[in-house]
Amino acid sequence: MEHTPSASLDKAGESRVLSYLQRKGKIYALIGLSVALLAVVVFATTLGSVHIPFGTCFKVLLSRLPFLTIDSTWPDIFNTIVIDIRLPRILLAGLVGAALSVAGATYQGLFRNPLADPYLLGVAQGAGLGATVAFLIPFSLQWMSFGTTPLFAFIGAMCAVAGVYSLARVGRTLPSTTLILAGVALGAFLSSVTSYLMTVSGEELHEIVFWLLGGLSLTKWSETAVVLPCVIAGTFVIWLYARPLNVMQLDEEQAQQLGVNVERVKIILLATAMLITSAAVCFTGHIGFVGIIIPHAVRLIWGRPSRDRPEGLSRLG
Amino acid sequence: MITLENVSLGYDHQPVLSGVNLDASPGTMIGLIGPNGSGKSTLIKGINKVLNMFAGNVTIDGRDLKTLDRGELARLIATVPQNPVLPPAFTAFEVVLMGRTPHLGFLRYEGRKDMLVAWQTMKATKTESLADRRVGELSAGERQRLIIVRALTQEAKAILLDEPTANLDINHQVEILNLVKGLCRKQGLTVIAALHDLNLAAQYCNSLIMLNGKHVYARGTPQEVLTPQNIREVYGAEVYVIPHPMNQLPTTLAITGNGHDDFANSVFAQGDTDEAA
Repeated sequence: MEHTPSASLDKAGESRVLSYLQRKGKIYALIGLSVALLAVVVFATTLGSVHIPFGTCFKVLLSRLPFLTIDSTWPDIFNTIVIDIRLPRILLAGLVGAALSVAGATYQGLFRNPLADPYLLGVAQGAGLGATVAFLIPFSLQWMSFGTTPLFAFIGAMCAVAGVYSLARVGRTLPSTTLILAGVALGAFLSSVTSYLMTVSGEELHEIVFWLLGGLSLTKWSETAVVLPCVIAGTFVIWLYARPLNVMQLDEEQAQQLGVNVERVKIILLATAMLITSAAVCFTGHIGFVGIIIPHAVRLIWGRPSRDRPEGLSRLG
Repeated sequence: MITLENVSLGYDHQPVLSGVNLDASPGTMIGLIGPNGSGKSTLIKGINKVLNMFAGNVTIDGRDLKTLDRGELARLIATVPQNPVLPPAFTAFEVVLMGRTPHLGFLRYEGRKDMLVAWQTMKATKTESLADRRVGELSAGERQRLIIVRALTQEAKAILLDEPTANLDINHQVEILNLVKGLCRKQGLTVIAALHDLNLAAQYCNSLIMLNGKHVYARGTPQEVLTPQNIREVYGAEVYVIPHPMNQLPTTLAITGNGHDDFANSVFAQGDTDEAA
């Protein structure tokens, strides 16, 4: 058509193009948040029932880095406390926070609704039911390094995903309205089953409630090692699709007219968001609020929806 | 550029249109007219593959519509939908920039060239003063112009317009249609526009397709299609059709009672007779 880019720009146009091309402010914010995250992680290792001074904690952490030799001037028990007990909890907390934030932002984008959160589609309720069943069965399973509870929770979450998908599918499309309805309905059904199981559970009740409320107290390194790749891979996939997701903030018809394969993007993003949600929920139970509030906080800081947000990491530390 | 052969389409197996033929060559502007619900928007959604056809063939730029993926199609055809949802937090410039989506690869973001195209289209349409405004602050007419600017930013070979002037003041109606018509003449843009304003349709379109009752009721030049008989038959309205004083193109004037009861009564009493006055 008529517009040749070789033509010269007026002042206003030039400054606009420049300001869009240089996303400097965003880079500074990213660096700042990463530093803040590191600081929070280090600081968090000093908190706990055994008092360990900040400097010692810092040295314990540093001593584990390669190429650094620091003479050990602290008792061995500090190593165990900081490295084996506190650090995995902190990292898992960060990962779960990141996973729930990314998933929440994805749902909010896909459904164009600021109230969407990662538990909307019944994934967490599925995990809850799975975990409850795991507490009640008389035997225990071990697969790789997982105990029965996370394993059953994950199976429950995946069953919920499959159930929601098959309920919501209309032909080859996945309309948002039926998806949300299916998710909410199935979620309600699953949590009522969980409630029933809890009423007949007797002695296990305390443990179930404790798990459902969410917590990090059982965390070991092996679990962090499982969640980490899931969350990183999932976040990466969602980051790849950030642009189409942005275009889908228009209605789906316009997104199609602008060349976005809406159905494919929707299924990929939903599947990824559900996967990282279940990976997070399986080990920690229902941690609420993060998935809905962090995307909004990021939007306030960043000013724009749907871009990458390692920011979520810093919150739960 | 765009050819439809014997196309049937609709929603949920319920055909809205059937047996539609259409041939739009580069540099022509075709108007779709017909009463509300006659299938103008449906036909546009069929051409840009938002709706699947029940039967028939659509060829776009020599290629079968079925073999084109969404990205390829969006580089060939831009669309201005009728009631677009725009997220209120985006700025106008960002919305216009979204028109570059089909030109960007999977991992690419808008570069300098895309910004240039977006900005220059905004200047050409005199919308650059809106650039930093948030969409939620714009009036319906300004949003409508923005969507048209976005479609032009797509740099496609054809543009489909669904009621592009519905929310616009008369000056903006003429401005937008002048711009589209100019691109059509000078760059060979193919234009298919659903219009409810019969006078604008007559002024700007090379040919008109009048839809009624699931079929093409009439087609041809504005003079051939816009006759009092056709308009009465399709719209159920009594009108005068007179030549435009400047270019002799048919101009439709509704016969209104205008408060003169005897006059209105005489018109409605006569019903089907041709001469109303």
